[in-house]
Order: sequence, then structure tokens, then C-alpha cells
Amino acid sequence: MLYFIEQCLNGVQLGMLLFLLAAGLTLIFGIMDLVNLAHGSLYMLGAYFAATFAAFTGSFVLGALLALVATAICGMVLEVIAIRPLYGRPHLDHVLGTFGLLLFFNELVRLVWGPAGMTLSLPSAMLTAVQIIPGLYYPLYRLVIILVALAVAALLYVVVMRTRLGMLIRAGASNREMVGALGVNIKLLYTLVFGLGATLAGFAGLMQAPILTVQIGMGENILILAFVVIIIGGIGSIRGAFVAAVIVGLIDTLGRAFLPDVLHSMLSVEAALTLAPAISSMSIYMLMAAVLVVRPEGLFPAASR
Amino acid sequence: MKAARKVFGVPLPACWLAPRTALPAAVLVVLGLVPVYAAATGDPFALTLFGRIEILAMAAVSLNLIMGYGGMASFGHAVYLGIGGYAVGILWKEGVASGFVQWPVAVAVSALFALVVGALSLRTRGVYFIMITLAFAQMVYYVAQGLDRYGGDDGMTIGSRSSFAGLIDLNNATQLYYLCFALLLASLFLVSRLVNSRFGLVIQGTRSNERRMRAIGVSPFRYKLVCFVIAGALCGLAGALLADHTNFISPAMMYWTRSGDLMVMVILGGLGSLFGPVLGTVTYLLLEEALSRVTEYPGLFIGPALLLVAIFMHGGIEGLFGGRRRD
Repeated sequence: MLYFIEQCLNGVQLGMLLFLLAAGLTLIFGIMDLVNLAHGSLYMLGAYFAATFAAFTGSFVLGALLALVATAICGMVLEVIAIRPLYGRPHLDHVLGTFGLLLFFNELVRLVWGPAGMTLSLPSAMLTAVQIIPGLYYPLYRLVIILVALAVAALLYVVVMRTRLGMLIRAGASNREMVGALGVNIKLLYTLVFGLGATLAGFAGLMQAPILTVQIGMGENILILAFVVIIIGGIGSIRGAFVAAVIVGLIDTLGRAFLPDVLHSMLSVEAALTLAPAISSMSIYMLMAAVLVVRPEGLFPAASR
Repeated sequence: MKAARKVFGVPLPACWLAPRTALPAAVLVVLGLVPVYAAATGDPFALTLFGRIEILAMAAVSLNLIMGYGGMASFGHAVYLGIGGYAVGILWKEGVASGFVQWPVAVAVSALFALVVGALSLRTRGVYFIMITLAFAQMVYYVAQGLDRYGGDDGMTIGSRSSFAGLIDLNNATQLYYLCFALLLASLFLVSRLVNSRFGLVIQGTRSNERRMRAIGVSPFRYKLVCFVIAGALCGLAGALLADHTNFISPAMMYWTRSGDLMVMVILGGLGSLFGPVLGTVTYLLLEEALSRVTEYPGLFIGPALLLVAIFMHGGIEGLFGGRRRD
């Protein structure tokens, strides 16, 4: 039972990271109608920046803050230079252009930081485990990820639902032309939204960095998961992204943890060991396919366009 | 009506020597002469490189059939390369070396998989279609990773090429090359016949306006599904060829970035033009090869180049020569 709770927490933690990535992706998708395959590169950049700045300043927190600023700047510069000409073009041109950006960033990182990958070590205070309920010790850092990501989600909710900027973002998601016609500086709005998305992606990357190694291509696997999340949640819906991210995180983690045993009770050891990883990796894609067959617009379709 | 160009007073056919027809012809002639060059210079690498280009061009041609002509942007097309390749690899491992069994199985399994994927995902459209095809491809990718008997994550070296009972010897590099070449030509012929048939007109009409096609009494779904299956089968054949060409299969053949590569080749060459995917594949792979010889970081140049193509070149390379843009 304790093991189950622990795995659930792991699932929620993965879900939170996916949410940070998917929130930016779904905003960019919903508002600018842009398929951004380079979003995972910003996740990677966030992790590399954090590792570099943390080594440079000697402080994890300071390094993380600097990395956030750096990723935000990178995102906005990228938007102005490379992304802006792609708005309004067919989706396949987005795929071509941002796939090019993905190749570019992978090589750039290899050029600047080398092919070996990096590690980002946690401050010693974070290395302990805390007792959540009697008998269950959980790594403090993973708990911090969950709480910080929840705080970011709440902040995002407040910004999107309660501020003028958020009002414009929502208006942009439902009718771009009308927002522009009403005299809003739509270019600036797009740059800000892209910068916000980049910051969230970079944040996800630097939070994940101490758990996994920082390496080239780290954004590619998780980018696809984030796409699955926004498709399940419904494109343009932050609420949908949140719900879908938690579902995907839980299914992925619990599948990996428990499927081998479940299968083992039905099949031979050998068959279970072969099937379990494949099925648990496939499970979220099966979920997505099922959701799309039943609800082709996702669980929470954004205001109909 | 433009006056026909004349050479020594003899009028030429209207399209003759227009860049749009001259370039594909030139590319095909060059591809056909590669073995001559390889024999003359004793450089077998050219055969390997261009053979690979032809196989991937075949895959791109099949993707173009659904994406360019049919408007079905599949982001999981590399999965058929994988299925075709694994059909050859698995059969070899189980002791079936005959190409007369391996290749039809590769094509049939790919077609069957395309039938299932198409039947489910053609219900959705736009970005949702892109993503659901990606999802199915990723599922097969993870299945292949789990196949420990066939190399699992690392892939498997195939010990011998498909044998065709003396009809053709795939271990002879030149024969293998010309087989790739012939199959590429055959795929181009197949696609050109398809898209100009009634079937192809329905497919293209559905791409521009599905509602109108329904209004004139055609049920587009069945046509799109058949088109999707044909493209899958064709790409499965390319996959079998690829396995025979490299003697190696691995899940990486169908990772989503490989599907991205195929999409890039098609869009780069020009969506919905017969020869565009071949031009795109040749350009993309030769550029990659050339750059990796002069720099350690080819992606630094290819990446921005793709971005520039996306921004400035409407209609890809084929679009430069007045090809029609088909979105």
C-alpha cells in the first residue's frame, strides 16, 4: 500500500513536469496556431543553463533563477527571429521549420557543451527524505517539484483568469483576428506568450535535471508526451492540460511499477518481462487513441472556433 | 498560348526542357549512372549512399501520396519502414531467407497495419490526425524495443540478404542498387497512374473540399482509407529494401524523428508534385552527407536551412519551377 502511494506521488510528479511543458505548448498552439516541435529544445536549454549557472554561481537556486531568465530571453528572441514568419502558414510548414530548429539546437548544444551531457547536483538540504505518513519516506526534492509546480499552475491560473494579460490571452485563443482588430498589439502579445511558454518549458527542464542526466535529445521524448497531453486535454485548454498531464503521469508511472507483477500473475515470467515494458510505454498512446476516437477534440475542447 | 520554342526551326513540345521536366530527368539519369561512376572510380560508397537515398525517396514518394495528394499528414510514416524491415529481419531469424516470402509479408503486414491505423485515425483531421498517426507509430516503436529475441533496443544485424532463387543477387552491390532504382521508378509510375485516375481525382478533390465531394455523391472515407493502405504498403516495401540494404534493423528506424525526416523530405521537395519527394530526399540526404564531411556539426546549417525553406519557399524545391502549391 505504501509502495502504491509512493508510486502515485511519482506519477503526480511526472504529471506536474508534463503540465509545465504542456501548458506552454497548448498556449502557443491555441493562440498562435503554431505546431512547435522545438518546444522540447527549450526544455533542454533550461536544463543546460541551470547546470552551467549553478556550477558557475555555486548555488542551485541562483543558477535556476538565472536559467529561467536566460530561457525566457532565448524564447523571445527565437520568436522574433524564427517563429514570427511562420504564423498563418500551413501546419506542415511549421513542422518543417521547427523540426529544423530542433536539429539546430541539438547541434548548438553539442557545440557549446560537448556531447557528454552534464549533471546538476542538488543542494545537500534537498537530499533528505521526509516522512509524509507513518512509514512512508519520500524524497524531499520530488515533493518540492510537486509543490512548486502546483504553485506555478495556480499562478498561471491567476494570470490567465484574473489579469488583463490573461484576458488578452484568452481572447486571442478564441478569436485572434478580433483581438488584433480591437487595437491590441498582437505581435507583442505573441512574443510574450511564446516567452511564457519557453520559461515554463525551461523550468520543467531544470526541475527534472537533477533526477535525470542533462543530455542532448532529452527534450524529444518528453515533447511527444507533452503533445499527447495537450491532445488528450484539448488544444488551447490549460485546465485540460493539467488534468491530462496528471492522468498521463499516473498511467505511465503506475504502468511501469505494477504491470510486470500484474502480467506475471497471468503469464510466464519470461512473457511478462517482455510484454510489460512495451505495454506500459504504449499505454498512454492507447489512451490518446481511445480519447480521440471517442472525443475527437480532446477532453476539454477550448471554446469552439 | 505561348509559341513553342524552336530549335533550328523545329518546334519542341511545350514542356520540353522546361526546368520542371528537365531537372527530374537529369536527376534520374544521374541516379541511373551512379554504378558506372562507382565502377570507374572504385568508390563503392557512392552505391551505398545513393541506394539509401533511393530507398528513402521511395518512402517519401509513398508519404507524398497521402500527405501531398490526399491531405493526410501522417506523422508516423517511418513506422512502415520499421514494419517492413522487421518483417525481413524476423523471418530471417526464424530461418526463412527467401525474398519471395519476406517481401510479400513485409508489404502485407504494413498494409494491414495501415488499414487498422487508417480506419481509426481518419475519423480525426488536422493536427489531431498528425498526432494520432504519431501515437500509433510510437506504439510499434515500443513493441520493437521490447522484442528481446530480435535485438530489443539495440537492434539486430541480419546475417544474410533476402534470396531470390538466382533471379537477382542482392549481395551484388550493383544489382542491389539497380533493384532500388527500378523500384523507385516503379513507385513513381504507380503514384502517377494513381493520382491521374478517377480514384486519384476523388482523393485530390477530397483534399480541397471534402464536403463538396460528399455533395456530389462520393463517400471520401473509403477512398482515403484505400489510399492510406496503398501508401503504407509501398513504404513497407521500402522498409524491406532498407533492411536488405543495411543488413540491420533497430527500433530507431521508426522513432518519431525519422518520421519527421520523411515529412521534411516531402515538404522540402514540394508537396503534391510527383517528383518533389525525390528532389527533397536527394537534396536533404546529400546536404547532410556533404556537410558532415566539412563540419562536425551539420545540424547547425541544415536546421536553419529548413527554417528558411519553410519561411520563404512556398511549395518547396518543386515550387521554384512553377509547381502548384497544394496545401
